[in-house]
Amino acid sequence: MKQPGRILLGLYCLLVAVWLVAPTIVVVPMSFNDKKSLAFAPSGFSWQWYQNFFTSPEWSASLVGSLKVAVVTAVFATVIGTLAAFGLDRMKSRVSGVLRALLITPMVVPGVVLAVGIYAVYLDTRLVGTMTGFVLAHTMLAVPFVIIAVSASLEVFDKRLETAAASLGATRLTAFRTVTLPLIAPGILSGLLFAFVTSFDEIIVALFITSPYLKTLPVQIFSSITRDADPTVAAVGTLLFITTSLVIGAGLVIGSRQGKR
Amino acid sequence: MATRAIDSRDTVPAVTADDRRRWFRGQAFWLVAPALLLLVICLGLPLAIVTLRSFSEPRWGWQNYAWFFGTPVNLTVLQRTFAISAWVTLVCLVAGYPYAYVMTAVGPKLRLILILCVLVPFWVSGVVRTLAWVILLQDSGVINSVIRAVGLSPVKLIRTQTGVVIGMAQVLLPFMILPLYSVMKTIDLRLMQAARSLGASPARAFAQVYLPLSLPGVYAGAIIVFILALGFYITPALLGGPRSTMLSTLIQNQVLSLLNWGRGGAMGVVLLIATFVLLALAAPLSRQPHKTGSRR
Repeated sequence: MKQPGRILLGLYCLLVAVWLVAPTIVVVPMSFNDKKSLAFAPSGFSWQWYQNFFTSPEWSASLVGSLKVAVVTAVFATVIGTLAAFGLDRMKSRVSGVLRALLITPMVVPGVVLAVGIYAVYLDTRLVGTMTGFVLAHTMLAVPFVIIAVSASLEVFDKRLETAAASLGATRLTAFRTVTLPLIAPGILSGLLFAFVTSFDEIIVALFITSPYLKTLPVQIFSSITRDADPTVAAVGTLLFITTSLVIGAGLVIGSRQGKR
Repeated sequence: MATRAIDSRDTVPAVTADDRRRWFRGQAFWLVAPALLLLVICLGLPLAIVTLRSFSEPRWGWQNYAWFFGTPVNLTVLQRTFAISAWVTLVCLVAGYPYAYVMTAVGPKLRLILILCVLVPFWVSGVVRTLAWVILLQDSGVINSVIRAVGLSPVKLIRTQTGVVIGMAQVLLPFMILPLYSVMKTIDLRLMQAARSLGASPARAFAQVYLPLSLPGVYAGAIIVFILALGFYITPALLGGPRSTMLSTLIQNQVLSLLNWGRGGAMGVVLLIATFVLLALAAPLSRQPHKTGSRR
């Protein structure tokens, strides 16, 4: 390609990159606003919205609620999803293809339709606003991500290693624990992370099944946005961005170390 | 310890490969069973209830569907839902195609940066991202400040369909770029050089060589973006106005505000059917990447 074309293409990509990243960046200055407004640009600097986030019982309760739900969901989804990925890996390819498609349907079912249905079921079983209710729904939504992550690492896992372990006298469980598990650990770990994030970020189902007693952070953010222009939301966004970047950065480091091995 | 070693040495030859495979398969079902059970309880049952109520509330029959398809407002919203999804898909494709191409053409360091830019939207809470779009698009927002600074008259973006499309496309762009990239990186760029050396103009080489090879990625990306866009709820609810309501908002309104489970259910079933019909139609198209992928 000729030079001008190349520059034009580069500029175009830069524009797309800005469009992708801008919404993430823009909340950072807003979170230090000194007035209760979301108009750009902020007129002065203050920490008050961060202070508000950590001291207001409403915000801290929703953060704790979200963390509890997400941790329990991540554990359940990782166990269930990893078992399923192993099962699928060991099936006839035709059967596993159908099951795999079935198991990842939660990813494409329109959120509101699913939320309405879950709400209906929960109203009858008194699960609205309960920990069990949140964890059940979120685990179902998170399992597909675990299956995808673990399946990807099982695909590159050399099964002859298990056979080798067995031929050296290891029981199936020992072979799994000492050979298979350490080798596919990065897949399981990234599945765990995805499951956590899926639950932590889930809003549509949460909006339907929430109650004053159990609220998650996204629900609190949503009601805050629809109620008034409160920069606390921007502070939460900034904190989430920093935290997730750190976690993903750590994941990348672990991943690249694994890749070099 | 010693006995176990002897034991296993004795039993290993006795278990044939065929036996082991059969044993694995029986075992395999039970490994998948918990996930399937969860799927039945938390996905199958809810969707079954939604479908059931669309026929049974308030009485048995097709009344809710008759109402849905007989009310012009609903049809407008249905049509708009498809129109917005189509626009979002188009915008994602136009923005994503060159971007994915550049990702395949640059060096590893720049590529990492480009990939990070695609992934950044994934790791900020979806609700926060929508808030960010409110900040950017509002009348006194960043975009209009820039427009005013340049000397043009400000544009109404928030609570319009344009605003909704801009916000949704940004959220969905990664779902377009990633499949495009995974197909494009398997295309051998020497094919383009060959076409050029045989006298094709750059445009012709692109249209006849590169574009056809990248089509599986286009299909895969377009279908996932379109399907996810159909079910969008948060972004249109916060960025849109009454003239950009999408089907999901209508469903939520019927169920939570009007407590009309029958009508809400019928709308849900319509949306669900549209989603699965599209998936079924598109499945053969997007399955092609594996064929081209093995070429290199």
